[in-house]
Amino acid sequence: MATSSGATSKPTATQSIVDDADVPTFDAVGGDWSDIAEEAARLGEERIVVNMGPQHPSTHGVLRLMLEIDGETVTEARAGIGYLHTGIEKNMEYRNWTQGVTFCTRMDYLAPLFQETAYCLAVEKLLGITDQIPERATVIRVMMMELNRIASHLIALGTGGNELGATTIMVNGFQAREHILKIFEMVTGLRMNHAYVRPGGVAQDIPPGTLEAVREADGQIRKALRGLEDLMLANPIFKGRLVGVGHLNLSACMALGMTGPVLRSAGLPYDVRKANPYCGYETYDFEVPTSTDADAYSRVMLRFEECYQSLRIVEQCVERLHAMGQGPVMVADKKIAWPAQLAIGSDGMGNSLDHIREIMGSSMEALIHHFKLVTEGFRVPPGQVFVSVEAPRGELGVHLVSDGGNKPYRAHFRDPSFNNLQAVSMMCEGGMLADVVVSVASLDPVLGGVDR
Amino acid sequence: MTDPDATPTGVTPTELSPAESTGPEQGDRTTIDVVGVRTGMFGAEGSGDTSGYNNLVSPIVMPGPSDRPYGSWFDEAADVLAEVLEDAGSSWDAAIEKVVVYRGELTLHVRREHLVEVCQALRDDQDLRFELSLGVSGVHYPGELGRELHAVYHLVSVTHSHRLRLDVAAPDADPHVPSTVSVYPTNDWHERETWDFFGIVFDGHPSLARIEMPDDWPGHPQRKDYPLGGIPVEYKGATVPPPDERRLYH
Repeated sequence: MATSSGATSKPTATQSIVDDADVPTFDAVGGDWSDIAEEAARLGEERIVVNMGPQHPSTHGVLRLMLEIDGETVTEARAGIGYLHTGIEKNMEYRNWTQGVTFCTRMDYLAPLFQETAYCLAVEKLLGITDQIPERATVIRVMMMELNRIASHLIALGTGGNELGATTIMVNGFQAREHILKIFEMVTGLRMNHAYVRPGGVAQDIPPGTLEAVREADGQIRKALRGLEDLMLANPIFKGRLVGVGHLNLSACMALGMTGPVLRSAGLPYDVRKANPYCGYETYDFEVPTSTDADAYSRVMLRFEECYQSLRIVEQCVERLHAMGQGPVMVADKKIAWPAQLAIGSDGMGNSLDHIREIMGSSMEALIHHFKLVTEGFRVPPGQVFVSVEAPRGELGVHLVSDGGNKPYRAHFRDPSFNNLQAVSMMCEGGMLADVVVSVASLDPVLGGVDR
Repeated sequence: MTDPDATPTGVTPTELSPAESTGPEQGDRTTIDVVGVRTGMFGAEGSGDTSGYNNLVSPIVMPGPSDRPYGSWFDEAADVLAEVLEDAGSSWDAAIEKVVVYRGELTLHVRREHLVEVCQALRDDQDLRFELSLGVSGVHYPGELGRELHAVYHLVSVTHSHRLRLDVAAPDADPHVPSTVSVYPTNDWHERETWDFFGIVFDGHPSLARIEMPDDWPGHPQRKDYPLGGIPVEYKGATVPPPDERRLYH
């Protein structure tokens, strides 16, 4: 695919990466496939490269797969990415620490709360205030993340089914996710891209009635999961397409840095929530399901099981939130905490009238404080940290560098989808063309996170 | 620096200790880690300085090297790594520039010539066993002369439940760092990304092509000297300048 760049020749940005001047090409944009195959045979050209994507419906977004095929067998598979690169990391260097949340939430758009939490944990670590985050905020974060994990897995299962032609699975998956998105909308105001988790805590407390809504959704999600299981797991066509497909054993997983359900399907119970707990995960009662089949079917099974484990954690969160009663959800340090109390007004969500009255009417210091924190933000001591959380697709790492300013000096996200897509070659080569779709679906890549 | 003219005015060479008279070297263990200097405030230029803030000068100092004991499991791991490097015909002092322990995280600043052998030792020795790499991330410090480009490696030991970070610096004039793909195949795409965004050339990488930007893209977008771009946006009668032209708070 690309020429190797040795130590002596310096790679240049504008050089063509492949010398294809004398390679015949066959354009397959419409027309009859057999005509093209005939022409290829006439020319004695046996190497057929099929370009799948970047706008193919079964590649989970704008992923481009370059497949060299021999008949129906894939002899070489390469993934091309970058079609959804938005420069979020670069943009974050020009916004203050709090504004960074609104950027990183848009990376992996199916798991926004994981990016927000990972980023905020990193900012808090740099600030050295990890211990000062109110318990209530941490429990809310955990509850939101676990609900988000279920929502993300439901999409993974649903779109995975859709790619096999089973639209019912997709519709059921999306319907079940709707229960969770309703809760997200209730708590954060948005269904996606919440910017709800903020450095120091969360943007606002959960509104009254949330815990009841979560309890109600719990039952509905369980029902939907059972329905999906009935639809998928024993289905002979589904099993015929998934069992033994997309095999990736443990050593390959470790070499390729795979994490999440793919690694656990190979038998290693590595989960950041257990291995390197954050947000108090060590105090929750849950299990890390594993399998040793290392195929696409076992990854589906694991995603179902993880949904049930997440529901267990959500139930514990609901109990804790119920037991602890009202309390602060933002760090007490007024030099860091966002200086506003949100409330619903006649024109939607905004600053509460009490807060406006205080800063405009009675306390000039509070007004200055509000102004400085909102326009300038807070400063973070220089240094670098790396924080990871267990996202639905694997380990999400944040490498955050501060130079002591009010903006991140560098924010890098180690997105699990980005890393896991490297396994496409290993999973697909030697298999059938139709299995490529299944293998990619079992990785569950989200291209927003891959390209950032 | 034996020339007496090079010493500060009014100080004779005998008044300075040998360490001081040679001047701070880049990467010297005794110097603080200055990566840049901030001047002024608010980023306003071209108008009269009525506030006096424009005279502000403050160095950007990163957490400096830590001395033993590092704490936690760090000392033991450092001992083992030193031993393994010794056995491999290298040494700790040759390979490791400095150790930084900050916020409970261990960072080994590795000299780039020794990066691959350090990775190999960290991965293979049973007492270290950092078998999982979480990729490479680049950082550009234009103010740190001679060490502008940093490649940062995040390693995890699943076996021992440890985490550490390797930080490798390269000058902008010679942006070469050896590739670690032979030790951690997962770093393939991560190194391509770091090349793409920072222009660090990973020698020995199997195919160091751009990964996120188009193949014919000029420049490396996440370097500090690469502009963010953007246009002024009009909103309700006011004009909002692009983010990199807004007021700066130094």
